[in-house]
Amino acid sequence: MKALLKLTKMELQLQFREPIALFFTLAFPVMLMILFGSIYGNEAEAFLDGYGQVDLSVPGYIGMIIGTIGLLNIPVTLANYRDQGILRRLRATPLQSGSVLWAQVITQVVMSAAGIALLYIAGVSFYNLRIPTGIGSIIPAILLSAFSFFSVGFVLAGVMPTARAAQAVGMAILYPMLFLSGAAMPRFIMPEIVQKIGLALPLTHVVIFVEDLWLKSSLNMVSLFVVIGMLVAGLILSRFTFRWE
Amino acid sequence: MQKVIDVQNIRKEYGKTIAVDDISFSVQKGEIFGIVGPNGAGKTTTVESIIGLRKPDEGHVAVLGLNPQSDSKTLGNRIGIQLQHASIPSRMKVWEALDLYASFYERTVPWEPLLENWGLGDKRNAQFDDLSGGQKQRLFIALALINDPEIVFLDELTTGLDPAARHATWDLVSDIREQGKTVVLITHYMDEIEALANRVAIIDQGKVIALDTPANLIANLNAETQINFTAPRSFNAEELASVAGVSAVNQEGNHIRVTGNGPLLAKVAVTLAEHDISPEDLQSHRASLEDVFLAMTGRNIRE
Ligand SMILES: Nc1ncnc2c1ncn2[C@@H]1O[C@H](COP(=O)(O)OP(=O)(O)OP(=O)(O)O)[C@@H](O)[C@H]1O
Ligand SMILES: [Mg+2]
Repeated sequence: MKALLKLTKMELQLQFREPIALFFTLAFPVMLMILFGSIYGNEAEAFLDGYGQVDLSVPGYIGMIIGTIGLLNIPVTLANYRDQGILRRLRATPLQSGSVLWAQVITQVVMSAAGIALLYIAGVSFYNLRIPTGIGSIIPAILLSAFSFFSVGFVLAGVMPTARAAQAVGMAILYPMLFLSGAAMPRFIMPEIVQKIGLALPLTHVVIFVEDLWLKSSLNMVSLFVVIGMLVAGLILSRFTFRWE
Repeated sequence: MQKVIDVQNIRKEYGKTIAVDDISFSVQKGEIFGIVGPNGAGKTTTVESIIGLRKPDEGHVAVLGLNPQSDSKTLGNRIGIQLQHASIPSRMKVWEALDLYASFYERTVPWEPLLENWGLGDKRNAQFDDLSGGQKQRLFIALALINDPEIVFLDELTTGLDPAARHATWDLVSDIREQGKTVVLITHYMDEIEALANRVAIIDQGKVIALDTPANLIANLNAETQINFTAPRSFNAEELASVAGVSAVNQEGNHIRVTGNGPLLAKVAVTLAEHDISPEDLQSHRASLEDVFLAMTGRNIRE
């Protein structure tokens, strides 16, 4: 337990020494929010059930944070640790190997929480972000979505031959998905056909899942199943694909 | 003498590659045991099998009386490891690495003195990436010693270091033995083994081809010492044939080669001095472990 805490703390500190990854999880979503907010503002809109544009965009940015961490930060970090023999060195100690993986998961949950907290603070300070009604259910929903994407990140880390490959493939999956899923811009401004295509993407379901809880306090069962399904598949696959060296 | 490592008939295949092919040896408490051999000989695989990182396909390993597979946690607390192809995160600081690794073990030594002893005191706040090759290796040794281990495994400790850093590292390895620890030293440098190891196993193509003290291995070659120098043509080299231990003298122009056994160089030098000849290029070549390897395999170790 002491080792797991130390390892997690170290891992967090190391995250803060990687400025680029930090930018995309902590700063970029806030910057997007401010950019869109300065264009559209956050006035209550009748067609958004009394919510504003910024209110509506926050679940998307949450999806963006989770997606970036799951599809880029985790696979690149783990593949790099494997390529460099960092996992190999850790395995040569009495440390339980599960601790290494848990440290990574906890670290990335904390990073996600930090990213979301910054969004929230910026939203409340600049745009009077409306406090969601279903906040009690939103936190478990976000956690579930995060675990779901993180498990995919573990699979990617195992399947990719190198950290470079993990980075390239992670980006190739993540970036189109950010735009089609409503993470980077609201889905309702997209043509209907693009919205339909978006429904085939897992990140869309994270966004919808969080959005429905946030704005309507309603649980979207389809999205819930997609998120849980991906988590189960990710956990099973990562058991078979994960490699220590 | 107490056996701390016992390896019996281990074998390990990777697909079609036979990495380790029926290797057996044992290591005594308090010695520096060398494992030497060319690239791909199976040294790392052997060591990984000993420390429990790999399970051999066949054979038995006991370390400190423990089974590396089933008693891995207990054993892990009692051995220290510097692995080939292993590292720590590039942005981790020196002190953070020691502090972190200390948390993995039941019993540890304070890491501050360890840093000082290994010449890293002023580098404690440096990130791993900013260390020189020698400093990185010293950090790896310090990490291997953080749990005050009974046996220390050092795999390719000095590869990539310049000669000065290599020799400095040798002194540090001797110090580890002085503390009463057993050292298993894996390398493909024969000179490292000659300088440090009490006993050595020479491994080639997955097999132990020789196992003895370096001195015995060299002595068993029965190789003669060779002395080369230049002298004026007026000097009659036959004068040297009567020196004790000399078996042959060969003179070609002003180049002379003397071969024989025993402490040849001093005796030849005395005779030369008697004849007022003091060559500046007087050199003696003694057989080394490299010659042992060449004699046993017909190949040079670095080919
Ligand atoms: N994980 C692995 N998968 C497949 N083959 C491997 C693996 N590890 C080692 N080998 C092969 O097994 C053989 C022995 O490798 P090993 O690393 O044990 O040699 P070594 O003596 O340590 O070599 P070096 O001096 O280069 O470190 C080599 O042919 C190597 O290519
Ligand atoms: Mg090796």
